[in-house]
Amino acid sequence: MDFTHTHDRRMLADMASRLVREKYEIATRHKMAAGPGGFSREMWAQFAELGLIGALFEEKSGGFGGQGFDIAVVFEELGRGLVVEPFLANLLAGRLIAEAGSEQQCAMLEEVIGGTLLLALAHGEGAAFYDLAHVATRAQNGDEGWVLNGEKAVVLNGDSAYRLVVSARIGGDVSDEEGIALFIVDATAKGVRRRATQTVDGGRAAEVSFGGVKVDSDAVLGEPGAGFAPLERAVGLGILALSAESLGAMRMACDMTLDYLKTRKQFGVPIGAFQALQHRMVEMLMEVEQLSSAVINAAGHLDDPRAVREWHISAAKNLAGRAGRLIAEESIQMHGGIGMTWEYALPHFAKRIVMIDHLFGDEDHHLERAGLLARMRHP
Amino acid sequence: MELKYSSEETAFRDEVRAFLARELPAHLSSKVKRSQRLGKADIEEWQAILHKKGWLAPTWPKAYGGVEWTAVQRSIFEEECCAAGAPRVLPFGLNMLGPVLMKFGTDEQKAHYLPRILDGTDWWCQGYSEPGAGSDLASLKTRAVRDGDHYVVNGQKTWTTLGQYANRMFCLVRTSSEGKPQAGISFLLIDMASRGIDMRPIITLDGEHEVNEVFFNDVRVPVANLVGEENEGWTCAKFLLTHERTNIAGVGFSLEAFDHLRHIANAQKKRGRPLSEDPQFAARMARIEIDLEAMRTTNLRVMQAATSGAAPGFESSMLKIKGTEIRQAITDLTRRALGPYALPFASEALDAGHNQPPIGPDFANPVASEYFNNRKLSIFGGSNEIQKNIIARMMLGL
Repeated sequence: MDFTHTHDRRMLADMASRLVREKYEIATRHKMAAGPGGFSREMWAQFAELGLIGALFEEKSGGFGGQGFDIAVVFEELGRGLVVEPFLANLLAGRLIAEAGSEQQCAMLEEVIGGTLLLALAHGEGAAFYDLAHVATRAQNGDEGWVLNGEKAVVLNGDSAYRLVVSARIGGDVSDEEGIALFIVDATAKGVRRRATQTVDGGRAAEVSFGGVKVDSDAVLGEPGAGFAPLERAVGLGILALSAESLGAMRMACDMTLDYLKTRKQFGVPIGAFQALQHRMVEMLMEVEQLSSAVINAAGHLDDPRAVREWHISAAKNLAGRAGRLIAEESIQMHGGIGMTWEYALPHFAKRIVMIDHLFGDEDHHLERAGLLARMRHP
Repeated sequence: MELKYSSEETAFRDEVRAFLARELPAHLSSKVKRSQRLGKADIEEWQAILHKKGWLAPTWPKAYGGVEWTAVQRSIFEEECCAAGAPRVLPFGLNMLGPVLMKFGTDEQKAHYLPRILDGTDWWCQGYSEPGAGSDLASLKTRAVRDGDHYVVNGQKTWTTLGQYANRMFCLVRTSSEGKPQAGISFLLIDMASRGIDMRPIITLDGEHEVNEVFFNDVRVPVANLVGEENEGWTCAKFLLTHERTNIAGVGFSLEAFDHLRHIANAQKKRGRPLSEDPQFAARMARIEIDLEAMRTTNLRVMQAATSGAAPGFESSMLKIKGTEIRQAITDLTRRALGPYALPFASEALDAGHNQPPIGPDFANPVASEYFNNRKLSIFGGSNEIQKNIIARMMLGL
């Protein structure tokens, strides 16, 4: 057992940290978020050049890492900068292709790692409410491949992706784990309609509908009908990434609040002199350390049996949700009025932290799931 | 980062398990598993077994008879001991006084007292709190006045845990009222057989005699029993509290208690199904388990960092707060898992050898009593509020 990072991983974290610190001032970030597609293509190319996209993929996929701790250290730094480039979308869809794809399909990951091919995962649906197995979109097997019909909701960076990884049902009931197929679909294929939207935390998403979209049989990813297992693995990596991103954003929010308590004076003293605020600040710092441990646990158990792996993933996401709301709300409260202004950086961190709870299961969803998985681990 | 045990660590765990299977007497583990009372002889018996094996002082340097285990080894040992139902090792001599003597004691004091801690000759108790000095420890009033080669001690200490078994006390006394309250405190070692000491039991809310109040009336203590410099005792006190808190996370206790909770929640029924499947109850359990698993890793991270030289500061206070919150949450939920059977309580059933059939499920009797007893966790060793003050002072520097 060892809780120190390897030299290489510390280098990776340092590099990501330096880049975010030097190039990602909050004003620059807002400018990039307001640009076309909600991010900067130049920044994305820089991230690719420095190997930060490659760090999310294993060597067999052409990457330079791809282990749980690689994902965790990169996303923690992205969280510190509120980075808007589509890391999560490409991690989710890219790792799903790596997980389930043929050699030919995996070849496209080279372009993903190089930053020239943008992917998105079109899986969630309006009625799913975090149930990963909920897929109402249907795929019918015809003479010349498959025909897709259905609607996908809040597809992260779905507006700018060139290719979509789409889940569709070929058998079973709407929330069965069996019967889910995965397809790689050109985002501009006939019948694909995308309605782009900004998100409240400065990101981008799209509502994507598939109206009789025809795809070749070589667009099928993995075994048709057996898509749930690879989906769960890829989304597990996404949840790890989000928990780590949230951790980075929480560390920033805590740093800013701590600083504010030391410098803001009322009644002639720094407001940090008041015990009512001191103890709440301490609560925040303790929850951040707990989340940090939960992220380590999730990253370190990725190769364990499913019930153990998924328990740790749900534990991290539950803590990210719980700690996140505490830190987002308390850091705004302790900043007072200035914490409510657009101009100040803090509220943007708070918004991202809270919105992460709405992705791939909130704290309640993962609490319930951890309970179910615990009973599988300890029958 | 590596969360799996190395082959050496696995071998160590197996060695610990084999030792416990062989050497832990069944009459002791049976009492621990049933939450029955442990007497002085029980605790001494187990400490003697550990001492014979050379495993009594995991944190001490080898030069003083310690083991110098790594943080991971210490955590394995703690978890295995708790899982096996070993009596707890008392912290007063080993984790509190021992490190203070090593850091501040004279060569004579080290040579005399350290071996006696290990071989069980001395049972130490702690003389810190006073009726008027709880969280505000530095306001203590027990006085020691120099008279030739002796100090003459007058005053009162309280909350003296297991003082009824102790033959020695390490004690904070006031030797000066000049300057700040912290400046006039000294650290004294007192023989409990000295004339003028009167000890009275304090019965706690669960009906048990665990703590005492101790009165000092012209008690003569040799000057040679002063640890560190006169009026510098606060330095020793702070050093000791840091060590106490490092061991206060209680992860092993919590893991074992959570296992017990799981067992109870599986056995109890609600609407014909195991209570552990009730959505509300399952969520409460899941939340504690999530906090506990994170805490287990936080504890190891801190222990490992402390071993490599980083002094336990903010982290040790955090471990105290989180560790006790989790232990209290477990005993709280265990109590709720009993429903109405939390009420019946037979104090005599906490004595070994009691053979009346239990009222209600066989696990029910001690649960509510333990819940009430465990309210102490967030009060002792520096209340959780004081720990937050400590963290805030470090973080804010105000």
